[in-house]
Amino acid sequence: MSTATSEEQIEKLVIESLETFGADPDLITREATFEALDIDSLDLAELSQIVHESYGVELKGSDVAEVKTVDDAVKLIAGRV
Amino acid sequence: MERAASDQVVVTGVGAVTPLGVGARTLHERWSAGACGIRDGEAPCADFDPSDFLTAKAARRADRFTQLALAACAEAIADAGWEQELPYGPERVGCVVGTGIGGISTVIDGQDTLRERGAECVSPLSIPLMMSNAGAGALSMRHGLRGPSFAVSSACASGAHALGSAMRMLQCGEADAVVAGGSEAGLTPLARAAFGALDALSTSGISRPFDVRRDGFVMGEGAAVMVLERAELARSRGALVLGTIRGYGASSDAHHLTAPRDDGAGQAAAMTAALVDAGIGAEQLDYVNAHGTSTPLNDRAETHAIKLALGEHARRIPVSSTKSAIGHLLGAAGAVEAVATLLALRERVAPPTLGLSEPDEGLDLDYVPGAARPLELDGERPALGMSNSFGFGGHNAVLCLEGA
Repeated sequence: MSTATSEEQIEKLVIESLETFGADPDLITREATFEALDIDSLDLAELSQIVHESYGVELKGSDVAEVKTVDDAVKLIAGRV
Repeated sequence: MERAASDQVVVTGVGAVTPLGVGARTLHERWSAGACGIRDGEAPCADFDPSDFLTAKAARRADRFTQLALAACAEAIADAGWEQELPYGPERVGCVVGTGIGGISTVIDGQDTLRERGAECVSPLSIPLMMSNAGAGALSMRHGLRGPSFAVSSACASGAHALGSAMRMLQCGEADAVVAGGSEAGLTPLARAAFGALDALSTSGISRPFDVRRDGFVMGEGAAVMVLERAELARSRGALVLGTIRGYGASSDAHHLTAPRDDGAGQAAAMTAALVDAGIGAEQLDYVNAHGTSTPLNDRAETHAIKLALGEHARRIPVSSTKSAIGHLLGAAGAVEAVATLLALRERVAPPTLGLSEPDEGLDLDYVPGAARPLELDGERPALGMSNSFGFGGHNAVLCLEGA
């Protein structure tokens, strides 16, 4: 995988995805919980797909099941790419 | 025979999104005024903007057929005075939404993605948006309806079957109220090609039921929803009752995948069953809202059916087709036309069959050509009408309605 993929780039991708899913942009922070953003399992399935398409990394349902915050998601992805 | 009070089902709210605009009363008023929602051979809901009704998140979680159903439902719920809270325990409120096809745009988009970008790119939202029950599920979730909820599908009879099924749920005590209707959003190249291949679509792009020049139906989209309640419960909560679903009858032709029986016997059986269920004689009817698709086969068979079911009264009663004004809304048609019928009965008017200037040979009923006409009623009694819906597969569903 490309070493050029920084955590900032991953954060940007995650935030853009969450906005596409309909989350309130004003509420999106690294600490925000997906529950507070009204992001559910279907959104996370879509996010996994976007991550796969962008970085070629496969996130399984069991991986994202543990993800509770934006920060969790960014770190999980950063650890795989 | 008058139905036992406990078995009576009343309508306390209506909502519709149609090619004539957003709103059930808009449909009634514009159709009665002779307006036509058909443009360039199709009848889209051009005035419908999902963002007027749905958040961005809710909109992307709903195929257009579900979006239309949600908008019609919001109007019906508000009309019934249910906006603040449900008048019954949520587990006692059901939801039935008919659709002929379901989320066809979602199916097509998913197929395009599969071909162009591969299986791993097909959206996880594909199935929950395309499934035929997505409309019923969305209405149930939006309004917290926890009683029985499901879709019914019988092609172009779906909306009427949905209302009939809801009526039965109330009569057998499964629920105290049911939010029911139909929805369809099939204006896609695939549906155009497929109906075209059947020679079912009008090549002239004109919907003129019963006319000698009719050459097929004009495809439309839309949705309608009714709030139905057990009559005694509606009255005890002081609801404004818009009317009563007096009867429901259904039958099957068991004849052909797309064509009705020439003699209309299957359709007549459903009409007769609806009259029997309503406990009324044919001569008590004041108006028939025909299925009236503008196809050569339907309009002839239906004319036979009306004569078979209503006898001599068929020649005295106004019969008109909503599809002359909004095209054929497929799985939504039965629900939209039930709403149109109910409002016409309340206003004691027969809206017109537009575009009809020369009835075909043998099509000799009073199809209300040209302009709306007051119903001829003796005294102040409520007007009684019938709404016919017939679907590919030989499904026939008929509702008897009474305006309050």
